[in-house]
Amino acid sequence: MSTTPKAGFLAIELDGAGWERTSLTQAVLAAESAGFHVATFADAPVPGRANALQRAAFASPVTRTIALVPEADTVYTETFHISTQLASLDYVSGGRAGWIATAAQSPEAAAAVGRSFVNGEALAQEAAASIEVSRRLWDSWEDDAVIRDVATGRYIDVDKLHYVDFETPAGLAGPGYSVKGPSIIPRPLQGQLPVLAAASLVGDGQLSPDAVDAVLVTAPTPELLAAEVCEVRARLGASVAVVAELDVVLDARGQAAASRLAAESGRARFVGSAAGLTDYLDSLLKEADGVRLHPASLAIELDELARLVLPELGRRGALRAPIQDGTFRDLLRLERPESRYARSNTAAAGGGN
Amino acid sequence: MTQHIHAKYQPSGQLQFGIFFQGVNSGTIWKAPESGSQTDFESFRRIVQTAERGKFAAFFLGEGLRLREHLGRPHALDVVGRPDAQTMLAALAAVTKNIGLVATQNTTYNDPADLAHRLASLDLLSGGRAAWNVVTTDNAWTGANFRRGGYLDHADRYVHAEAFVETAKRIWDSWETPAGPAHRVVHEGRHYTVDVTPRLPRSAQYRPVLFQAGDSPDGRDFAARQADVIFSAHPKFDDAVEFRRDIVARSLAAGRGANDVQIMPASEFILAATEQEAQEKKAWVRSLQIGPQQAVAYLEQFWGRELSAYDPDGPLPDIDPVVEETSETRGSGFHGAKARQLADQWRAEAKERGLSIRQFVTSKTARIDATFTGSYTAVADHLAEYARVGAVDGFNISPWLIPTGLDDIVNQLVPELQERGVYPTEYRGTTLRENLGLATPERSPELIPAAAASVR
Repeated sequence: MSTTPKAGFLAIELDGAGWERTSLTQAVLAAESAGFHVATFADAPVPGRANALQRAAFASPVTRTIALVPEADTVYTETFHISTQLASLDYVSGGRAGWIATAAQSPEAAAAVGRSFVNGEALAQEAAASIEVSRRLWDSWEDDAVIRDVATGRYIDVDKLHYVDFETPAGLAGPGYSVKGPSIIPRPLQGQLPVLAAASLVGDGQLSPDAVDAVLVTAPTPELLAAEVCEVRARLGASVAVVAELDVVLDARGQAAASRLAAESGRARFVGSAAGLTDYLDSLLKEADGVRLHPASLAIELDELARLVLPELGRRGALRAPIQDGTFRDLLRLERPESRYARSNTAAAGGGN
Repeated sequence: MTQHIHAKYQPSGQLQFGIFFQGVNSGTIWKAPESGSQTDFESFRRIVQTAERGKFAAFFLGEGLRLREHLGRPHALDVVGRPDAQTMLAALAAVTKNIGLVATQNTTYNDPADLAHRLASLDLLSGGRAAWNVVTTDNAWTGANFRRGGYLDHADRYVHAEAFVETAKRIWDSWETPAGPAHRVVHEGRHYTVDVTPRLPRSAQYRPVLFQAGDSPDGRDFAARQADVIFSAHPKFDDAVEFRRDIVARSLAAGRGANDVQIMPASEFILAATEQEAQEKKAWVRSLQIGPQQAVAYLEQFWGRELSAYDPDGPLPDIDPVVEETSETRGSGFHGAKARQLADQWRAEAKERGLSIRQFVTSKTARIDATFTGSYTAVADHLAEYARVGAVDGFNISPWLIPTGLDDIVNQLVPELQERGVYPTEYRGTTLRENLGLATPERSPELIPAAAASVR
C-alpha cells in the first residue's frame, strides 16, 4: 500500500471517555490501535468532564503515535497559563500535541471567572490575542537556548531568550492586557504546536488564516460537507489544512443506526452502515485533509470503525501513514518553523554587515 | 533531649518522604556528566517511579510564573525552564499507582473556578492522589505576564488566598452525591467574583490534599486553619520541635486537632557508606552547585551591579552596592534586603572567617540547615529520633541530581529506616490522604441544599 498525495488523516473526539482513568486509557488505546491519527478532547462544560488538557496529558504516556489535541478556551482563560500548559503537553507527548483554540460563547463561562460576557466580533479578537501570545511565548526560547556550557558556567544563553511584550490591540472590545514573557518553559518540541480553530472563527474581520494551521469545517448534512470544505479552502487558501466535522451513527450489534439517533449537534451526521461510511469518507478525504469523527457512542462506534472502516480505507490508500516517532506537525505536513526571534536576530545581523 | 511536644499531640512514630523536583535554582547540579534533562518526560518518569519504589508519599512540582532575572536579564547560570505542574502530573498519573502528585499553584494569578476544576481533574485522573501546594506570590513584576496584573497589596495576600482556598473547597464540596446534583457556588469578593456550577464529583480522597509553605505568623495561621500538610523551612531537630509546638498551638487555637496539620520540612540528603565519603561527596556537590560565576552573580544581586572583575577566590568586593534594596526579580526569597547594611555585614563576616567570595556564597546558599550528610546508618539513626519525638511527619527531599538523585535514598536509606520501624514498607492505600494518614473531610452542612453567597 502506498500513500497517495490525496491521502488524509482521521481524528476522533474522545469526549465520551470522561475522566475515569480506565475508560480514558482504553478509549485512547483503542483509537490508536484502530489507526486514528488524532484524538481530540472537548472541554465541554458538562457534568463529569475533566479538564481536556489534562486528559490529553494523561493519555500521552500510554500512547505512541496518535496526536493528542485538547480544546482550550481563549476568552476566559489566562493566556500565559494556556501557553505553558500546551507547551508542557508537547513535552509529555513527545511532540504529538496540538490545540483546538475555542472562543467560549457562554455567559456561564464568564460568570465562573467574574468577567463580563463577550460576544460577536469580540470573540475572534480574544482568540487572536490568545493565539498570538502563545505563539510568541513558544518562540521566546530559541531551540538551542539551553547550552549547559560548563566552561562559562552558563546553563542558558540569555541572548536566545526573548521578551514577547504583547499588548492587546487598541480596538479590543473587552479589557486589554499585556504579557511580558519569556515563557517559563523552553520551546516546545515541535517549535510551534499546530493550532486548530472552527472555520467560522477564521476569515475576514475574524482570525487571520495565518494564525491557525487547520480549520474545522461543519455543514448541515453529509451531502453539503464536501462542498463546504472546498469553499473554505478557496476562502482561506492552501496554507490552512481543512478538517471536516462528522457525527457518526453506525449500524451495529444487530441494531440499525437510525434507531439510535440522539439530539442533533449542528454537524453533518452520517447514519448508516460501515460500508457506506467507508465509501463516504473515501470520497470526502479527496477534498478534505482530514475528517474528525464524533461517534454517537464511543463504546459502540469505535468498535465498528476499528474493524470495518479504517482497515478498508487503509487498503484503498485513502489514509496517511500513522506518525511513527513523528510529530503532529509531521502528520499535517508542516515544516518545523524557526523561532521568529531567531529570524529577527539573523536579519539584524545581516543588516549590520 | 525533648521528650514531649504537647500534651495533646500524639507522635505517629513514622516518617514519610516526598520529593521536590525543583526545576530552578542552584540546588540542582547541571554540570555533572550524569545531569539529565530538566524537561524530557523520561527524566520525570524515572524519578517518580524511583520514588514510588521507595514508597514515597508525594512527588512535588514547583512553579514560578516569571523567569528569574539577573541585572535586568534572565538569570543564566542556574537550571531554569520547567513544565507546567499539573500538565506534567496528569501525565505522571498514568505511569504511577500510589504516589501523591503535588502541584504548586498560585492564588494570585489563577481564577478559583478554573484552578479548582483543574485540581479536581487531576485528583480524579490520578484516582485520588492530587494535592495543591498553595503559594501566594504577588507582585507587579510577575503580574506582567497576566491579564490580572499586579493588583494585590502584599499585606492582603493571605486574606485573598484564604478566600480563594475556601472557595475552592466549596467547589470540591458541591456535588451532593457522587452522581450529583451539583450545587452552584457563588463568591463575591473584593478581588474575585465566582459564580459556577462545578462539573466534577468528589474524588476517592474526597478532595485534593492542601500543602502550604508560608512561614510568617500570618502564613502559619493560614496553614493552621486551612492546610493538611506544611512544607516547612525547619528541618533541624531543635528548630523542627519548636516549629511543631508552634503549629500545634496554632491548630488548637484555630479549632483543629493537635495532629491535624502535618509537617514535612524541605531537605537535602548527601549520603554514602561512611561519614568520610559523605563529607567528600558534599564538597563535590557544593562545588558544582555554586560555581565561580554563580558565586559572583549571587553578590551582584545584592550589590545591584556587575562584579565580574572580582576574583571568586578572593575577598568580597570593597565597593558598595548601588541599590538601596534588592528587588523581587530573583525570586521572593531575595526580595527586600537592605543592600548596604548587608554588604558591610557580609564583608566583616567573610573577613573574620577568612572566606573567599566562593566560600562565603557557598556558606550562605547551601541549605546548611536543611542538609543531612553522613553514612546511611548514622542518618537513619538521626531521622528515627525525629520520628520517635514527632518533630516532623516526614521530609520533602530536593534531589541535587536529576534524574538519579533519589537512587541512593531509595536503595540505601529507606531500607535502614524500614529496619528501624519508622518508615512504611507498603503503601497504606491508593489515595494520598490514606497514605499520609489524613482524615477524610466531611461535607460542610452549610452547603446543603444550596450555596449561600458570601462577601469577603
